[in-house]
Amino acid sequence: MSFERVQEKLKILADAAKYDVSCSSSGSKRNNKNKGLGNATGMGICHSYTEDGRCVSLLKILLTNHCIYDCAYCVTRKSNDIKRAAFKVQEVVDLTIQFYRRNYIEGLFLSSGIFKNADYTMERLVAVAKKLRNEENFNGYIHLKSIPGASDELMREAGLYADRLSVNIEIPSKSGLKKLAPDKNFDDFIQPMNKVKNEIIQYQSEKKIIKSTPIYAPAGQSTQMIIGASGESDFQIMQTSNHFYKKYHLKRVYYSGYVPISYDNRLPKIGSEVPMLRENRLYQTDWLMRFYGFHVNEILNTQHQHLDLDIDPKLSWALRNLHEFPIDINTADKRMLARIPGVGMQSVHKIIHARRYRKLNWEHLKKIGITLNRARYFITCHSQEFERRDLTAENIKGLILQKGKSKYQTTLSNQLSLFD
Amino acid sequence: MEATQLVYDGSFEGFLSAIFLVFERKLTNVTIYPEHNQPPELFATKEIVITETHKADRVWKGLRKKNAGKNVYQLYYAFLSEKRGVENLLLDCIKYIFESETPVFKNYSNPSVLKIAQIAKMVGREKHRMEAFVRFKLTTDGIYFANITPDFNVLPLISKHFEKRYADQRWIIYDLERNYGLHYNLEFVEDIQLTLPENFNTSITSTDFFTEEEVAFENLWKDYFNSVNIASRKNKKLHERHVPKRYWKYLSEKQ
Ligand code: SF4
Repeated sequence: MSFERVQEKLKILADAAKYDVSCSSSGSKRNNKNKGLGNATGMGICHSYTEDGRCVSLLKILLTNHCIYDCAYCVTRKSNDIKRAAFKVQEVVDLTIQFYRRNYIEGLFLSSGIFKNADYTMERLVAVAKKLRNEENFNGYIHLKSIPGASDELMREAGLYADRLSVNIEIPSKSGLKKLAPDKNFDDFIQPMNKVKNEIIQYQSEKKIIKSTPIYAPAGQSTQMIIGASGESDFQIMQTSNHFYKKYHLKRVYYSGYVPISYDNRLPKIGSEVPMLRENRLYQTDWLMRFYGFHVNEILNTQHQHLDLDIDPKLSWALRNLHEFPIDINTADKRMLARIPGVGMQSVHKIIHARRYRKLNWEHLKKIGITLNRARYFITCHSQEFERRDLTAENIKGLILQKGKSKYQTTLSNQLSLFD
Repeated sequence: MEATQLVYDGSFEGFLSAIFLVFERKLTNVTIYPEHNQPPELFATKEIVITETHKADRVWKGLRKKNAGKNVYQLYYAFLSEKRGVENLLLDCIKYIFESETPVFKNYSNPSVLKIAQIAKMVGREKHRMEAFVRFKLTTDGIYFANITPDFNVLPLISKHFEKRYADQRWIIYDLERNYGLHYNLEFVEDIQLTLPENFNTSITSTDFFTEEEVAFENLWKDYFNSVNIASRKNKKLHERHVPKRYWKYLSEKQ
């Protein structure tokens, strides 16, 4: 391999791939086989962190940044005047293996601009994955981008080698897509997503009967939406997200604050701030939906179309629903415990364990690690002390913000701990 | 009753053998220390514990019976912290576990249980960090070599992870602090001790020891790392929370 040529390509094609925020390498079940290389079971590991605090877990690159489309929000768009490059299939294979052997990465995340047509591009992505699995006996993590419009046959093959497949919706509404990527068709995104969903279901049911059925995309599918490029409300965004989770069984939806990269007047100007706090609030909402038992409409609905930026969505929900509180820590069920501001899911489990042995008081709760500064207005425990004043939602919010100022000011990324 | 000080050889088996003694002789006023880290004896009778596998096994099995699932490993994790006095905290915890009718591994309102859980968590975190930050360099004799100086003795904990992952390459992970390492010889992992060459500088990739390619791949990785950063999202505080500065030495991309 010629290091100089590869180095040049790597710079261009890693740079172009960085706007895809997903770097997850978890959720697969691929074991090391026949004393081969790699293992993709379990948690997924961050091998480094970028200066913006994001996890580096995969070698994330484009196969090429040549593209026949002209999506306004994308650096790779046809009309953009940038250096173009293309990896050979073997070069990507070699880089992946060499990085993996040195414990730099958990695997590969391969995406691509669309050159010639969807199938031509998808075929090459599949070829990389196939080589890694069949020739290199590589069992690390592989995430392939599903190219919108790729044929069912290719998508079926892709899932046999990849751990995860993803199609980025990018624009949360059809109208937004029409405006910013007029030559793209919404259904082209749905088609591969739908195919993969059906294959996953089929392989899983076959596996129940025939043990030797190969695994198919064991880490499932994901998608990404760009936030703040096309004017959707948080309500619209989370409705779309909810729809994709439910209808296509997605494992993750990623929200990516738009990083201005173009002077196109349909888009925020270069130099405008990346909406990172908003992005964080969307992730928190996503978490509440998936792990805390909230229905999306409890948090966002026609009356509340936007998430508060100054407080997290759970606190915001609690303040709108003071009639549900206070909650008795020692008797409340899991569902309600999870709804207390300042109590994360881990603390919920700890509370449930600990209260088997004794009634919990403030001291216990503090040790368990719940954020009393927020929780205290919403709970009672085994103590004579509790909030007796008849506080309004505004009062409580004021009191909490006063105490926790610095914390809220630094809540700037989706990878911060979410609630506790 | 007179105070007893049990001194064991520093191994986990040795420690469990000491625990066995405590129960066998129903010692109450007792403390346990490793050979290499004993406090000055004052008014205690000192006794050397002989490490006996079958006794250690019995204690371990007894503990496993006492609880649900993997919680028992917390004790092992905490032990590997090598924190001064951790043996006595463990002793306290183990007594409490054996004395209770119901499983109490998760009763965090007991101070020793909580403390052990906290220490085990720190050790677990260090384990994960090492699994993430170990960087192999290919030596001229074809071994992928990495050296580390972890806060705790985590080599026994990370061995499985690397064995499963790098089953087709020879590798060594060496703990410079504790002067021993793991060597995978394509068959199994063994403990080794090395005398590293005088001029062996672990932070420089010298071609005296490492392949030419090694330097090239390190550079490719550095380039990659620099390309994925998004300047307008810079967040230094968050960055340092994920990778505290003392770990940067492992990461060639930060040199
Ligand atoms: S098709 Fe993909 S790579 Fe091409 S311009 Fe659109 S978003 Fe960018």
